[in-house]
Amino acid sequence: MSEIYSDELLRSVLKRTKTIACIGVSTNPVRPSHYVARYMGLRGYRVIPVNPVYAGQTLFGETVRGDLAELTGDSVDMVDIFRRSEAVPPIVEESLAVLPDLKTVWMQIGVRHAEAAAQAETAGVTVIQNRCPKIEYQRLFGELRKGGFNTGIISSRL
Amino acid sequence: MTDGPNYGFDTLQVHAGARPDPATGARQTPIYQSTSYVFRDADHAAALFNLQEVGYIYSRLTNPTVAVLQERIATLEGGVGAVCCSSGHAAQIMALFPLMGPGCNVVVSTRLYGGSITQFSQTIKRFGWSAKFVDLDDTDAVAGAIDENTRAVFCESISNPGGYVTDIPAIAAIADKAGLPLIVDNTAATPYLCRPIEMGATLVVHSTTKYMTGSGTVTGGCVVDSGKFDWSQNDKFPSLSAPEPAYHGLKFHETFGELAFTFHGIAIGLRDLGMTMNPQGAHYTLLGIETLSLRMERHVENAKKVAEWLEQDDRIESVTYAGLDSSPYAERAGKLYPNGAGALFTCAVKGGYESCIKLVDSLEIFSHVANLGDTRSLIIHPASTTHRQLTEEQQKAAGAAPDTVRLSIGIETVEDLINDLDQALSKATA
Repeated sequence: MSEIYSDELLRSVLKRTKTIACIGVSTNPVRPSHYVARYMGLRGYRVIPVNPVYAGQTLFGETVRGDLAELTGDSVDMVDIFRRSEAVPPIVEESLAVLPDLKTVWMQIGVRHAEAAAQAETAGVTVIQNRCPKIEYQRLFGELRKGGFNTGIISSRL
Repeated sequence: MTDGPNYGFDTLQVHAGARPDPATGARQTPIYQSTSYVFRDADHAAALFNLQEVGYIYSRLTNPTVAVLQERIATLEGGVGAVCCSSGHAAQIMALFPLMGPGCNVVVSTRLYGGSITQFSQTIKRFGWSAKFVDLDDTDAVAGAIDENTRAVFCESISNPGGYVTDIPAIAAIADKAGLPLIVDNTAATPYLCRPIEMGATLVVHSTTKYMTGSGTVTGGCVVDSGKFDWSQNDKFPSLSAPEPAYHGLKFHETFGELAFTFHGIAIGLRDLGMTMNPQGAHYTLLGIETLSLRMERHVENAKKVAEWLEQDDRIESVTYAGLDSSPYAERAGKLYPNGAGALFTCAVKGGYESCIKLVDSLEIFSHVANLGDTRSLIIHPASTTHRQLTEEQQKAAGAAPDTVRLSIGIETVEDLINDLDQALSKATA
């Protein structure tokens, strides 16, 4: 858990993002890749599930795509990677190649790949590793406060 | 977990966790005296019960007032999250529960509160757990006590009753090398005097009954997680790393990352052990914490003066306060506890057991009670009370020999405290 990202950066990523491609989504509702994607959908993001195993099925009101190349016309501005770290490089490479609006590559808790991250950053894309966008959303926008977590947010405003 | 603005301790003790109430704008945190909370719809309820959203369900698990206190203590300790519970003893069980299983042991300091010694040496055996007691100044003994079934190392930062100060970085290094979490009871120091997580501790426990609340009003406890321990590094901590049957096979560490221990504390610990803090209690403790640094400064200042006065008095055999220049722990205290060595210490009275009893019975300002960390000065004779269940050998190891009284120095006018001790010592040693 050594990666440090400023609240300002995380907040701006979560605010600017409109469409998230969730790579490695599960149809099992108790898997993080399923309920994190579902949660982000409930918070107003368009969530496009990607997983060749379930390609063609419907999840969160979207058709599950088998390949990132099928998303070229969907204005995807963030990919959220629910795969092992070893699987990251080709995903990053393909995302950079086929997603013209890509602004953020996000890797889930336990997922990190320094070379792939550097490649994305060189291309001008923000990279967040080893974090969960659901947890960061919950922390930055007040929900985690309900569980007694250290949100780091001090404010005298309503 | 964040690199936001770096506020000072005094700002955080007033503000952390407590934004104005979103429903009413109330500036002081309201006491949410409600057992249960309405779900928006069935999907919302399902997501809450599946731990996919964080929210209020039932006050055994989470409560808006208690949550503010949890965030405040987590912030002051530099942890990622905290779970409050009904007492310091409850906090110790809540801290061990996710780590231990039948056949597992915890390596603990011999210098502990007597009630903790009893909890660890006797009561936890009913769960099939055990404790190995070691002198933490003997670091080889600490390392040697750790075996394949050890799941944690436990100590107090400033220990009760002796005022011994633990070399937390040294013990944390031993625990770290063995791949084990270090749990530090920070009750007697508070995060104002000691921040165990910065020194390498994994978990911090508190009896919030003491200095955190400050005025001796309510009992409470808290477990703070640093978020730094890798629960999945091996198979020693299955409660956090392996699928949890009660949540459809969810793995806490995989799912919640650095927040895993805190989520587990709510979803399993409070849910099934039920040692919940009530919102009224949380309110008193929140009020207390707002002035924590101010009180601790006075506690420490008074303790040093009283200890210095006792040390030069002919009726006193010895004083254990680590804040004294003569203490063998003075150097360690100065280095690790720069804001002061607390306000809790013992002194040995000439005349032994009988003089101690007379001393306690002759005081007018000091109260004879089984508590510490009150604004009022307190005294107790551990050998006949808090440490009564122990053998004489255990009493001595814990710094609670029969000729010893424990003082918890309050925030009163220090001359009055010294005068009170003076007159009572005259009666006790006449």
